[in-house]
Amino acid sequence: MWMSILNQLLQGVMVGGLYALFALGLAISSGILRFVNVAHGDLIVMVSYLFLSLVTGLGLHPLLAAVLLLPLCFGGAWLLQRVLLHRVVGQGVLPVILVTFGLSVIVQNGLQGVYGADTRKVAALGFESATWSLGGGVNIGALPLTIFVAAVLMIGGLDRFLYRTRRGAQLRAIADDVQAASLVGLPTQRLYGLAMGLVGLTVAVAASFMAVWTNFDPSAGPNRLLIAFEVVVLAGLGSLWGTLAGGILIGLAQTVGAQVDTAWQSLAGHLVFLAVFLVRPQGLFPKY
Amino acid sequence: MPEFGRCTLALDITADSTLRLRQVRVSYGEFRAVHGVDLDVAPGEIVSIIGANGAGKSSLLKAIVGQADRVEGQLHFGEVDLSRCGTPQIVADGIALVPEGRRLFPTLTVEENLAIGQAVGRRGEIGFDQVYGYFPILSERRRQQVRELSGGQQQMVAVGRALLTNPRLLLCDEISLGLAPLVVQALYEILPKVRDRGIGIVVVEQDISRSLAIADRFYCLLEGRVSLQGRPADHSRETVMTNYFGA
Amino acid sequence: MLFPPHARVWTGRLLLLTLVVSALVAPWTFGPVHLQLGTQMLCLLALAYLWNLLAGYANIMVIGQHALVGMGAYAFYGCSVLLEWPLLQSLLGSLVVGLLAGILMLALIFQLRDAYLAVGSWVVAETLMLACTKFDAFGAGSGMGLPLDLVKRLGRNPTDRAIAIYTLVALVTALIAVSVYLLMRSRIGLALGAMRDNEEGAASIGVNTVRARILCFLWAAPLTGLMGALIALQKLRISPASSFSMTDWTIYVLFIVVIGGLGSLEGPILGTLLFFVMREFLQDLGVWYLILLGALAIAVILYEPKGLWGMLRRVLPDDLLPLRHRPPQTKRKPITP
Repeated sequence: MWMSILNQLLQGVMVGGLYALFALGLAISSGILRFVNVAHGDLIVMVSYLFLSLVTGLGLHPLLAAVLLLPLCFGGAWLLQRVLLHRVVGQGVLPVILVTFGLSVIVQNGLQGVYGADTRKVAALGFESATWSLGGGVNIGALPLTIFVAAVLMIGGLDRFLYRTRRGAQLRAIADDVQAASLVGLPTQRLYGLAMGLVGLTVAVAASFMAVWTNFDPSAGPNRLLIAFEVVVLAGLGSLWGTLAGGILIGLAQTVGAQVDTAWQSLAGHLVFLAVFLVRPQGLFPKY
Repeated sequence: MPEFGRCTLALDITADSTLRLRQVRVSYGEFRAVHGVDLDVAPGEIVSIIGANGAGKSSLLKAIVGQADRVEGQLHFGEVDLSRCGTPQIVADGIALVPEGRRLFPTLTVEENLAIGQAVGRRGEIGFDQVYGYFPILSERRRQQVRELSGGQQQMVAVGRALLTNPRLLLCDEISLGLAPLVVQALYEILPKVRDRGIGIVVVEQDISRSLAIADRFYCLLEGRVSLQGRPADHSRETVMTNYFGA
Repeated sequence: MLFPPHARVWTGRLLLLTLVVSALVAPWTFGPVHLQLGTQMLCLLALAYLWNLLAGYANIMVIGQHALVGMGAYAFYGCSVLLEWPLLQSLLGSLVVGLLAGILMLALIFQLRDAYLAVGSWVVAETLMLACTKFDAFGAGSGMGLPLDLVKRLGRNPTDRAIAIYTLVALVTALIAVSVYLLMRSRIGLALGAMRDNEEGAASIGVNTVRARILCFLWAAPLTGLMGALIALQKLRISPASSFSMTDWTIYVLFIVVIGGLGSLEGPILGTLLFFVMREFLQDLGVWYLILLGALAIAVILYEPKGLWGMLRRVLPDDLLPLRHRPPQTKRKPITP
């Protein structure tokens, strides 16, 4: 019995990796572009559907489809920023929330119109049910482990890009003071586009994994947004590695909740978030 | 805002580096800050702009680099029409602003702040070595976040950032503000060295004596208009005061 | 001029008066079906005024309003069915629960700013909803219908019930609209106006911005709960899907206010009218209806941030329901000495 509980907890930690991936895009957009994209969860779901179409509609190998999604999502997010969001980012609070909220409604209903309301999942040639034994009765799912490793790699890569490269320093500059950046000649709009492009990359990775791991339907977006939001707030403003900690916390909370009763899974996550938030509203590892 | 796509930069390094402003008016919404200013800055000269708070000095500098709300009149830097260009292009063309209040990036290190200047500017003689030569203390603190530095050191970073763009024209907006006299002295000692490289410098200050002491020529702004101009030696202190405060 | 500006304002005021009067005499002039439609319109209008008070005036943009509606509905059920209280006390119960839920939400999210506050309110809403749906006494996931004897208390036949519900809702809506108007004309409204223009500036000259915003929130919360109770009465059931419906009580309301005109008293009325007109003709479009609404909202925010009312306001010299604490605007010229 203890072994089963241990395995479950391990699973909860691995799920934290997926949640960290959800949150990474939101961390970038809220940290650098200084806005919370209410449509973030819906965009993840939309890309999951795209993944579905590529695999089942075009018959592509899931890995190929996932790789294809990377430049697609980078470009799509870049376009979204340059065409729509640049008009409202930095223009005060209300317009951004309202525009992204409108976007959320459009995406949800658009997906329902195109794909129907049934729940879907993408089969990845049996990989999703493979398990590896770590010895001593401890089993770990291949997919969850891969997701966790991917999350670590992605966070590491982004961290390296932001803190060890010139472009990254420029992104951090506009996060600090976009007006000053403009004054000294930085091309702020192009840098915003780059930041959103990075968000697109994280969404591509998160969505591909999510599509294989869980069921999803057009209305699944808000749930993902709320999880991503909770993880970002738990992590603290500006912290990338903190999203991993936050994700694990929520993942574990949900696992424990599910032990009590499967219907308590989501609620447990929210309750733990609210509890931690009350005690430490600035997050676990705030940089500012 | 400038109409993009119509900005043609001077790509020739021997291009004319004279700033010419004619009948420049700067407005923010319905409020007009500058009412028609004529101004020239030649390469290798230090021009001082003095005036009380709200006289329009900062607005003028912002207009030159393309950051003002609404600008009318003619602004030319050599052959380039500045009113058609955005700030990144103007900086790439060789005009750098040291903003009022320094406006550094607090969480970035000294090195990273300086590197931003290098990234947005032109290729030229001034590199990190030259800047560290002007401000040795920055070399010691290059990996520290600028928010940990003193006011004077931060001002040095701000000037260094602008210098690393290899400007042909350097605009300094109130670099002495809030700093101790000794620190300001150190900063002002750098300016003639910069001028001797052939770079034109505009120094905007509320503090009259310091800026007139190093200026080759000066303009005095009063309520958005030029009330007095010429060489510092040619005007008495009383004349300057009268035109600074208005009759 | 054929239609001088002041004539336009008074025509507008006349139209508004006509609307109000027809709303008041509706129980005598319309049958139950139309009364039901009227009830729905008034419910959304009431919620629109409350959300507008928070988002448009007090600058507290919440996306969690639907939780308060749900709490009020469930509280009403609890009081009237489980505790067997009379109707009036049950409605008061939903007021109290709305206030308590509001205090809880406020305590949790007040630390947050702007968009974080908005999504934070959504988190709290989600949590409240999930918590409420665990209780079997309230029908867990599928909800409960209101028992027949409770329903009969409103009236013996459907027509009487429709009239009773409509009258209740109309009274509460009127109360909400008038209270918002009075609140905005008071010192609190002045404080909020100053705060909207410049929060730091207002705070630095002694305007108690925090208190003004809290007061608005604590005024809106119980009334939202009350609306939830009335909605439950109208739908004759409580359930997570209908009482806590984000689409009905947050999305639609948000769109009504934004498209009609955020931060004005006339905007919600315009928005509600437009919403129902659109629903009449476009209902069959299914998902496309919501897509259209979303696109319209985005277009409004980008091109006409003050909504329909903002557009109309430009051809009028004054509001229909003047709120200003200063004389009517004169045409401004650039300040040049």
